[in-house]
Amino acid sequence: MPLLEISNLTTEFDTDEGRVRAVDQISFSANAGETLGIVGESGCGKSVTALSIMRLLPQPMGQIVGGSVLFQGRDLTKLPLSEMEKVRGNEIGMVFQEPMSALNPVHTIGKQLAEGLLLHNDYGVQKALKESIDILDRVGIASPDVRMGEYPHQLSGGMRQRVVIAIALACKPALLIADEPTTALDVTIQAQILELIKELQTEMGMSVILITHDLGVIAETCEQVVVMYAGKIAEKGSVFDVFDNPSHPYTRGLLASIPRLTTQPKSKLSVIDGMVPGLRDLPAGCRFENRCPYARQACTKSVPPIQIVEKRHEVSCFRWRDI
Amino acid sequence: MPDTPILEVRDLKMHFPVNEGILLRTNKFNKAVDGISLSIQAGETLGLVGESGCGKSTLGRCITRLYQPTSGSIFFEGQDITRLKGNALLPFRQNIQMIFQDPMESLNARHTVGDILEEPFIVQKIGDRISRKKRVQELLEIVGLPARSTSRYPFEFSGGQRQRIGIARSIALNPKLVICDEPVSALDVSIQSQILNLLIDLQKEFNLSYLFIAHDLAVVKHISDRIAIMYLGKVAESAAGETIYHHPKHPYTRSLISAIPIPDPHRKIKRQVISGDVPSPIDPPSGCSFHPRCPHVTDRCKHEPPQLRFIDDKHLVSCHFDL
Ligand SMILES: Nc1ncnc2c1ncn2[C@@H]1O[C@H](COP(=O)(O)OP(=O)(O)O)[C@@H](O)[C@H]1O
Ligand SMILES: Nc1ncnc2c1ncn2[C@@H]1O[C@H](COP(=O)(O)OP(=O)(O)O)[C@@H](O)[C@H]1O
Ligand code: SF4
Ligand SMILES: [Mg+2]
Ligand SMILES: [Mg+2]
Repeated sequence: MPLLEISNLTTEFDTDEGRVRAVDQISFSANAGETLGIVGESGCGKSVTALSIMRLLPQPMGQIVGGSVLFQGRDLTKLPLSEMEKVRGNEIGMVFQEPMSALNPVHTIGKQLAEGLLLHNDYGVQKALKESIDILDRVGIASPDVRMGEYPHQLSGGMRQRVVIAIALACKPALLIADEPTTALDVTIQAQILELIKELQTEMGMSVILITHDLGVIAETCEQVVVMYAGKIAEKGSVFDVFDNPSHPYTRGLLASIPRLTTQPKSKLSVIDGMVPGLRDLPAGCRFENRCPYARQACTKSVPPIQIVEKRHEVSCFRWRDI
Repeated sequence: MPDTPILEVRDLKMHFPVNEGILLRTNKFNKAVDGISLSIQAGETLGLVGESGCGKSTLGRCITRLYQPTSGSIFFEGQDITRLKGNALLPFRQNIQMIFQDPMESLNARHTVGDILEEPFIVQKIGDRISRKKRVQELLEIVGLPARSTSRYPFEFSGGQRQRIGIARSIALNPKLVICDEPVSALDVSIQSQILNLLIDLQKEFNLSYLFIAHDLAVVKHISDRIAIMYLGKVAESAAGETIYHHPKHPYTRSLISAIPIPDPHRKIKRQVISGDVPSPIDPPSGCSFHPRCPHVTDRCKHEPPQLRFIDDKHLVSCHFDL
């Protein structure tokens, strides 16, 4: 049984210009101990998916209007908020792109870490403090006892993200959701943080959902990948399925348009013409239809159903066999 | 003898005073650019790569004379422009243009695209109203925007389209050199490749020279002829793009290359992750500024700053050793 099983999850926002559907009937599951990546361009619904799982959608605008999120057998969409609060931090940890958004600027690092531990464990203050120092040490923070007394602004971006990871993992959650955890960091620091997450995952046997727009990060860190486009899943499968045999025209387009160290300098890069449609003017049929080089009449008429390419490799395209 | 370069920078320094303490007296300097020498030939792209805060934008702003450098010289087609002022600077302003990461910052949000593109001609007193309007239409066509864009405002465009507007403005006056400061860093990959293709086409068509600044080595390698790697205000290594990729000599260059995530799940090479953060340019480390993070550090590195030296006629490295 998968640790997390999402079925037909649909999330909408009330806006001044009416209701928009940011996530539309998506289904995927994450197995215990596995890293699952969610990839796609900005605005495709990655963060809304994460916030829906955690029930952290901005209120009252954001609503889950359909589907289920089964986590260890319980449907998180149906849980009372008090129960959900226990799940957050205790069983599911979360790391965001901007570490400052997860840290309280007026409290020391030590206080924030120890508070989390006290809240979710039956600890005394001394034990919580000692454990906090151990965790900081574990996430690679030098002189952790000194850092305990410092404030977030005294740390570099990479150090802050380490602290956020320490807080997220303090209670040894079964699942970590990391939403663009390295996007704001330099590439050498990104490498450090990705390696840290990988190490901790192996050590603690947890599952990770890693959200990123970077296909390189997906290829290096994930076993499974979900490719999203305009609120829907275009394709999903193991990284080998999706990178070796990309079956959705969007996945193909993305992979072809990345400049690589091995491409001939100044050669023409493939492009995906046009741009992602806004939530208010989504095409009626396939979401990718207006940019797709393979689009036919049928694609403009109805939404392509999910089709099986191979076991666990699924694509939502009418024409995947022809391309 | 090679031709006179379009741009030559000699031992350029930009030290910002740091105000500290209650009296805000300056006793320290942020050595953002600390002795940079480089040159760019006509039609050539020099890529400039380094982590955030290493001084890339500051260097670009010194070259366009947005900042008055502390010392060193800038030659444009052989003429020293470092200390030119007022009207004497005008022809160089026309010839050296800049594109920014966030076009919204450089585009006046209250002006229509037509006005924005016409402005450079008015400032430089070129043409009459009719010929200017005609040139604006040409520019829109060159960068692939619809002719009706003239009456619209920047906020009505997507990020990629806004970058096209920024590019149109930068080439309006037929410059010889364009400083591109992270022009694709904020764009999604499918849009990024559109903009890179446009920049490459424009270079061929108008024989432009580029200083292309970015933190993404794969992007820089795609567009550049030569690459300079910057670390803490200095050049660590420079060479042809292929040389940098296939035969990097500086330990920092090697760790940058190793840190890039490659979109290929079969590549399971163990990353060489360097530890630590980029130090502050206010109190840079003694000796070689990379020494606290360098896997090859020796005692000598801690005391003696390495000089940038030729290891062959086109490859410069600032490291004591031949690694
Ligand atoms: N609070 C909100 N109100 C209205 N629309 C929203 C809100 N938050 C997100 N959206 C919309 O939902 C879509 C998906 O956003 P998001 O999940 O943040 O994308 P990303 O894949 O970049 O993380 C976007 O079109 C975004 O504009
Ligand atoms: N106008 C300025 N005044 C003072 N310090 C500055 C200014 N611009 C940049 N700096 C400092 O100079 C250093 C280099 O910055 P920058 O050139 O923006 O780096 P990069 O573009 O490589 O990220 C940083 O420490 C930055 O804080
Ligand atoms: S369903 Fe049609 S439009 Fe959509 S991706 Fe497939 S071929 Fe393209
Ligand atoms: Mg997001
Ligand atoms: Mg910069």
